[in-house]
Amino acid sequence: MGWAHQDKTAIVGIGATDYYLRGKSWPRTINDMAGEAILKACADAGISIKDVDGFAYYSTAGAGYLDKFDTASLMETLGIPHVGFSATLTSGGGGASGAAGLATAGLMNEDCKYCVTVMALQQLPQHRLGVVVGAAAPNPENSFLQPSGLVGPGYLMSVLARRHMHLYGTRREAFKEIVQATREHALNRPKAIRNKPLEDEEYWSQPMLADPLCRLDFCLETDGAVAFITTTTERAKDCKHPPALIHGAAHGGTRNWGRAFAWMGMQDPDFASSGHKFVADRLWEQTGLTAKDMSCAQIYDHFSCMVLMQLEDYGFCEKGEGNDYVLSGAIRYANRDTVEGAVPVNTHGGNLNEAYIIGLTHVAEAVEQIRGTAINQIEDCEFALSTGGPASLPVSGLILRRA
Amino acid sequence: MTDNRNISYGPANALPGDQIAITTNPDTEPFWEKAKARTLTACQCADCGHFRMPPSPYCPECQSSNKSWPELPGTGTVFSFAICTRNPKNGEDYVYVPVVVELDGTDGAHLVSNLGGCDADDVEIGMKVAVDWNPIKDDWVLPVFRPA
Ligand SMILES: [Zn+2]
Repeated sequence: MGWAHQDKTAIVGIGATDYYLRGKSWPRTINDMAGEAILKACADAGISIKDVDGFAYYSTAGAGYLDKFDTASLMETLGIPHVGFSATLTSGGGGASGAAGLATAGLMNEDCKYCVTVMALQQLPQHRLGVVVGAAAPNPENSFLQPSGLVGPGYLMSVLARRHMHLYGTRREAFKEIVQATREHALNRPKAIRNKPLEDEEYWSQPMLADPLCRLDFCLETDGAVAFITTTTERAKDCKHPPALIHGAAHGGTRNWGRAFAWMGMQDPDFASSGHKFVADRLWEQTGLTAKDMSCAQIYDHFSCMVLMQLEDYGFCEKGEGNDYVLSGAIRYANRDTVEGAVPVNTHGGNLNEAYIIGLTHVAEAVEQIRGTAINQIEDCEFALSTGGPASLPVSGLILRRA
Repeated sequence: MTDNRNISYGPANALPGDQIAITTNPDTEPFWEKAKARTLTACQCADCGHFRMPPSPYCPECQSSNKSWPELPGTGTVFSFAICTRNPKNGEDYVYVPVVVELDGTDGAHLVSNLGGCDADDVEIGMKVAVDWNPIKDDWVLPVFRPA
């Protein structure tokens, strides 16, 4: 039990650009946006950019999957004198929250003192993420997937959602509630892209992009950048804000999930899941906590159905009971004191409504909740969960604690 | 506006073969060569008998690299599916059903394919399906499915 590095490191700075609809950030460049997010995160932490000496990326240091982050380029343009740590979690967005654990590895190994995690995303017309799967000629592995016409992540996940509906009686009403609840959280957020109330009729009139999922079950496609700074808890004392202690951090998963919806070889119960159970179990073992101890949960929501399956895998409800749990109103901020077992989910509106910067808005919101500066602030927020993925392994999770 | 809970999709078709390309490598080529001869196979471990798809160099159960390519019955069960309405190549209206099929004659191996020959509205998880053959680019042939 326990984790040797628990509470030894903390997130002390967060920074973000404006969020733009896909393609609208041009003529800004990817390093322009990444630089703004990093500089703002340093200012937020109360450190100089010259103090930064580490980089902990995820998504294989991919920026929007097609551009690449290069530590040397960022040093060159931002004036970072030296680095002692430059590493990335593999695969895609699944590592978003887990990058804080990678930063902890660099800090605890004394490779660096202030570590940056950054994601910038810019989807120019020729760089569209949602059709990345369909655009390229399939390699031998993808030749067993792409000819089926499952051309993007949402198409792939619709197949998992269908199996969940079949096995557990999950209904589209639950997906609608996830979209509407998190939309409600976005209404008072000035940077949110989708910030108008969502009525039932509007949801039910959306085109079905991949039945059982409609357009609003798919996340936004946005441009922008988010960065955070991790340092030791000792150094955090000199930073501007109260630290968000890294209380638990894990990435990974099991072979039964593996390449997941890029593979479709999963069996029950993994097929109709988020692939997060392994990481969830590690987090609870590291911390001795359970889902019900979380003050809020920032759940990676590229597709509504995957929020429901993560809620099950993290134990907010039993496996197969996500439908009823969500429909009880338990994920709404407004219901936090009135619905039994309620834990507000995506108090920032999430990828579905605020912006999609491949999971880093979730970490930023978790930090704000712990500091007590969130727009939809939870009273006495002690523990905040954020997650990355469902995706090909690794997926990841992070628990932040108030000092 | 249409209530998307009551959509009627109508007939499902496999995607047009002339827009589908595949590539192969030495691990996967036997699957495609057999498909060209209209035989459905899957990669089976020649030592422990476990099936794995897509074909890969090692058996995940026993790490053997010995493969066999048995002729399967060509039938299976719908494990899950989606209903899509736009041709991914050109965005035109086109109803197709991507399907994950659990292959008969294996220990639960999945093949991702299209299901045609019926209305998309009638597809159900658990329905029995049989293989059909869709000629694609470069003289390859893609296994697709219809109701059995
Ligand atoms: Zn074997």
